[in-house]
Amino acid sequence: MSAGMPFYVSPEQLMKDRADFARKGIARGRAIVVLTYDNGIAFIGENPSRALHKVSEIYDRIAFAAVGKYNEFENLRVAGVRYADLRGYSYDRSDVTARGLANAYAQTLGTVFTQESKPYEVEIVVAEVGSTPATDQVYRLTYDGSVADEHGFVAMGGGAEQIETGLKEQWREGLHLSEALTLAVGLLGADPAGGPTRELTPTQLEVAVLDRHRPRRTFRRITGQLLERLLSSDDPTHDVPPADDGADEHSVRDVSTNPQTQRPAQDGPAE
Amino acid sequence: MTPGADNGRLPAAYLVPGSSSFTEFLSAQAPTLLPSGRTLPPGAAIDAPHGTTIVTLTYAGGVVMAGDRRATMGNLIANRDMEKVFATDEFSLVGIAGTAGLAIELVRLFQVELEHYEKIEGTLMSLEGKANRLASMIRGNLGMAMQGLSVVPLFAGYDIDTGIGRIFSYDVTGGCYEEHDHHSVGSGSLFARGSLKKLYRRAGTLDDAVRTAVESLYDAADDDSATGGPDVGRRIWPTIGVVDDDGARFVPDDEIAPVVDAIIASRVDNPGGAR
Repeated sequence: MSAGMPFYVSPEQLMKDRADFARKGIARGRAIVVLTYDNGIAFIGENPSRALHKVSEIYDRIAFAAVGKYNEFENLRVAGVRYADLRGYSYDRSDVTARGLANAYAQTLGTVFTQESKPYEVEIVVAEVGSTPATDQVYRLTYDGSVADEHGFVAMGGGAEQIETGLKEQWREGLHLSEALTLAVGLLGADPAGGPTRELTPTQLEVAVLDRHRPRRTFRRITGQLLERLLSSDDPTHDVPPADDGADEHSVRDVSTNPQTQRPAQDGPAE
Repeated sequence: MTPGADNGRLPAAYLVPGSSSFTEFLSAQAPTLLPSGRTLPPGAAIDAPHGTTIVTLTYAGGVVMAGDRRATMGNLIANRDMEKVFATDEFSLVGIAGTAGLAIELVRLFQVELEHYEKIEGTLMSLEGKANRLASMIRGNLGMAMQGLSVVPLFAGYDIDTGIGRIFSYDVTGGCYEEHDHHSVGSGSLFARGSLKKLYRRAGTLDDAVRTAVESLYDAADDDSATGGPDVGRRIWPTIGVVDDDGARFVPDDEIAPVVDAIIASRVDNPGGAR
């Protein structure tokens, strides 16, 4: 026997070792909170980088959030964008769904977990905003390819369990965006070891939403003054203004990219 | 093949870091979906609907693009309310002349190309970058163009860095040329260009630019049977896209109608259009 290497490792032990390895990697990173609010789904994480995102747009109504190893979840994100754009291009934009993408991710993560030399050290959320809060979908995918269909909120990454406990107590349906952000930021700042709560400033945060009422591409990042106003308890701003980023309601970002359906229906028959 | 299906998991090629171009991805993964992948049997000639005239002109702080609504097939009107001006992303517009089916497919691909880049890179492509991407797509269509199915787009966008509207024209071989002030493509473009030359005022207002665009299309329709004039009976007006620092948008029909009515009224008893 060479260097104490065992000849046989039981499958249970092998899987457990891999799972422990992945879990450790994931728990090292800062947490991300995904929670639904009255007008959409919000993603909040501590991330001082303006360039390396943990939350991203996948498609018109679908976003992606991840914790863990950056290069691994970045590959998954890019694959998701490719999957969605190819599907939307060859069928129709409405045929791209979070459920389909979550399945593809689950199969991919599951295969990597059992077949590759090491599992992905990532945990991801794929969320799709619906036309009403009841039709919002939030899927959590773990390193081994398990999928969970979550209702209302998800926390993942370091200290996630404690954050989820806080969310269970304080999250309710119909929160305004400002309430949802304040709740999430408070929980993200709490020390899992019981130390003093850190005050997270807007520049330390990465915040994005899928805004139900934005036509077509619903994803938007929230930064700067708007984020400060939303987090401030004495400011009346409680949601993203419908047209604050310079685009008025005629913006074409709003309408479908399908050339034949890009104008609103009332403009007459599309060809 | 169902795109994206590989026993349910994402195909390995999807997970390879690299190109942020959707067209390149498509050419590797689903080449049959690419417009440039197709050929006609030699010697074949088919009659397909053709889009006609597009005009575009800059104004202070942006650019306007307008297209008539007619598609023709030989001597027939194939479609009287077709849209030929498209927003391709938040800050750009494409107008198409030539074979309608191919042109629309090309615009769709171009739209996904721009959005794909924006999502993968996390930033908008530069205006020159967009113009060059479109040129390479036109180049891919050269084989079809030589068999009579050409696509000639006109590209206009707002340059965020300099705060001005810019215009790019193309030839069938994919040559890309920056135009100044105004340009026109399609069967009625000779007449529209003549009209634009007389009516264009540099750094004018948006309202002036919209009126000039509509009037130049009116002049094109006056002399080119393939260009549709404003259809007063059916209330079908030209498609007018605008792009400025607020992004791209379309001028709604109820704002175009008074412009068209004013032009028609001013031309009564004065069909030459001299003012």
